[in-house]
Amino acid sequence: MITIIDYKAGNLTSVKRALDYLGIESIITPDKDAVAGAERIIFPGVGHAKTAIAVLQERGLDIALKEAFAKGTPIMGICLGSQIILSQSQEGDTNCLGLIEGNCPKFVLEDPSLKIPHMGWNVVTVTRDHYILKDVKSGDEFYFVHSFYPLPAEESAVFAHSDYEVTFPAAIGYMNLFATQFHPEKSGPIGLQMLKNFSEWDGTAC
Amino acid sequence: MLRKRLISCLDVRDGKLAKSIKFVNTKDIGDPVSTAKKYYDEGLDELVFYDITASSDKRDIMIDVVSNVASQVFIPFSVGGGLRTVEDCSKVLLAGAEKVNVNTAAVNNPELISEASKAFGAQCVVLSMDVRQVVGTKDIPSGYEIVINGGRTPMGLDAIAWAKQGEDLGAGELVVNSIDADGTKEGYELNLTRTIAEAVNIPVIASGGGGKPEHLYDVLTEGKADAALIASILHYGEYSIKEIKEYLIGRGIPMRMIY
Repeated sequence: MITIIDYKAGNLTSVKRALDYLGIESIITPDKDAVAGAERIIFPGVGHAKTAIAVLQERGLDIALKEAFAKGTPIMGICLGSQIILSQSQEGDTNCLGLIEGNCPKFVLEDPSLKIPHMGWNVVTVTRDHYILKDVKSGDEFYFVHSFYPLPAEESAVFAHSDYEVTFPAAIGYMNLFATQFHPEKSGPIGLQMLKNFSEWDGTAC
Repeated sequence: MLRKRLISCLDVRDGKLAKSIKFVNTKDIGDPVSTAKKYYDEGLDELVFYDITASSDKRDIMIDVVSNVASQVFIPFSVGGGLRTVEDCSKVLLAGAEKVNVNTAAVNNPELISEASKAFGAQCVVLSMDVRQVVGTKDIPSGYEIVINGGRTPMGLDAIAWAKQGEDLGAGELVVNSIDADGTKEGYELNLTRTIAEAVNIPVIASGGGGKPEHLYDVLTEGKADAALIASILHYGEYSIKEIKEYLIGRGIPMRMIY
């Protein structure tokens, strides 16, 4: 059973529909106790970092997530969920959950023809092995929509890169936590395969 | 490197697929859900569903269509047509759409863009604009005028100014549809697309006139579009997604090819 955290951050049903399609049981919940006691957690989300953190705190979900992380529950963050697990975000200049040390800068691009948000399909290059990435070949393409990106303090927390004038982390992880800046639930068969891999991952330390 | 996107538009009336030619004489050509699934399997990058159902009491049929598509198709898709309020937008997003597509209602009530953008994020809000070429005037210096109600009502509004306003209000993407080119299969309106793409800093999707792969090449290069929308050439089987993408890749356009 996968618990999808509801914190008013965008479309949570698309993750649920992808899991339904794969035959993986899941629930969407805003309840902190359900999150703290979950067997497995997906932390999705689109929207604004500062607003998201405020809602998490209001619902006690920040503490529940930290508890779940501390006891080894496998957790997968998606999009905004890959950013606000870091210490800070430039978006709203806010402190975040701090599960992984690092910051979330905004894209600063020189080429005026490159649009922000970085929206669309881009190539992902795997830089470190991980169970969730085991079927991903370097060069596979995933769907991104974001203006900020996760930048862990330690390079060892980066598992895949992508490139949009700057090279940026597309997948990060630490211990029983793994997160992608792209949307596996909107990235066709290879994205679905990653969700399936997460449902089987034992949470072994990255 | 970010890929250019190949997007197809499915017009849906009373839950059935239709394709309008010059906005008149529409005819049903199939089921939107199975068509969407087929295109997904063939490697399409994104879909747009446009609800052209006339009567409002049949609107809920569209929600069922959206929900069925979302259960089988795992690429982004937007839904437009008849969305007048944030609540209307919320319904299609909850049914599984990634984005909402607003057009006439946004011209009549620009706050719809800012409210939807605030509620769901800019990445969720696609501003679709129908544009036709006119003689330039003081109010329409670019010579491109916004028309609404499916091409029937000219607004005296300059398309470039409206595109910029849409971006300022919080639209995350623009669909620029040339009414002059729509249905002609003679190519996209390159000057219009390029002018708007250079005026804004959000992605621009070119629409109207795509009749063969060369047209897509032209609009993705000379037209400076980030994505191109195709409809009838795909719906009537004149070209496959694979053929179009292979052609574009062969000419150096970055396209998603592995799926």
